[in-house]
Amino acid sequence: MTDWQSAFNEFLSTDPTDVGCDEAMRVLEVYVDLVSTGLDAAERMPGVAAHLKACGPCQGDFTSLLDAVTDTPH
Amino acid sequence: MGDVATEPDIDSAQWLATLRESGPAHDDAVARLHGLLLRVGLRHAHSRAAGTGLGGPELDDLAHQAASDALLSILRRLDSFRGESRFTTWAYKFVILEVSSKIGRHFWQRAETSWDEPDWTQLPAAFGASPEETLAAAEIVGEVQFAVAHHLTEYQREIFVHVVVEGIPLDALVARLGITRGTVYKAVFDARRKIRKHLTETGHLAQKGQHHD
Ligand SMILES: [Zn+2]
Repeated sequence: MTDWQSAFNEFLSTDPTDVGCDEAMRVLEVYVDLVSTGLDAAERMPGVAAHLKACGPCQGDFTSLLDAVTDTPH
Repeated sequence: MGDVATEPDIDSAQWLATLRESGPAHDDAVARLHGLLLRVGLRHAHSRAAGTGLGGPELDDLAHQAASDALLSILRRLDSFRGESRFTTWAYKFVILEVSSKIGRHFWQRAETSWDEPDWTQLPAAFGASPEETLAAAEIVGEVQFAVAHHLTEYQREIFVHVVVEGIPLDALVARLGITRGTVYKAVFDARRKIRKHLTETGHLAQKGQHHD
């Protein structure tokens, strides 16, 4: 398989545990607080972890929220 | 997650108490929260803006508007904070989602995307294929088109083409079609699953990649 075919294959592979955007965004702050306090968020919320792996926009929102809580003074 | 709201931490409890009362302490807290939202919104806007053509004062203005909109939403919805996260984490989510949504809406102000026939030959390039590889990919692209035409619902077909073939950002489609990000994602998700099944059954995809790591 060429690189683009591997990338395409990877894209087509779906994870049945993926909770989708709406559920992932509903609990994003809980997930982020788990990550930021060093707890295993992916183990506690595997469906959210699966979604963030597969969804660019939600991954971007996750990264920004994590940055916000780890860098911004409270 | 349980259904029982947990006791908020001290910092969160303080935020809630001050935002609910009136007077100078309330005004201070509102101003402080607005400052935090603006900072988070600006940073998210700049990280999201790559490739959108948005920048400079226009992008900053978008972040300012998002911070103001988020602040209003937060103040209106204080009662929906259930203490499952820190208050600030909950609050920052509002401005981040607001910025993402506004950037999605902005896409159409400068997009030259037409809604005509999609150019399927672009598909391999979207996954990093070189021009030579793109030329050699006609057969597999044909199979994908077959699967799209025969195995997807009309709705899945439409969304798949916009997102994957035409490369329209999810949040831009959300703005255009007036549906949630999750609805767009689900259509693409189902399309991915069906196309993969077809390609596997017709021997165009190796069985590997079946696993998830
Ligand atoms: Zn998503």
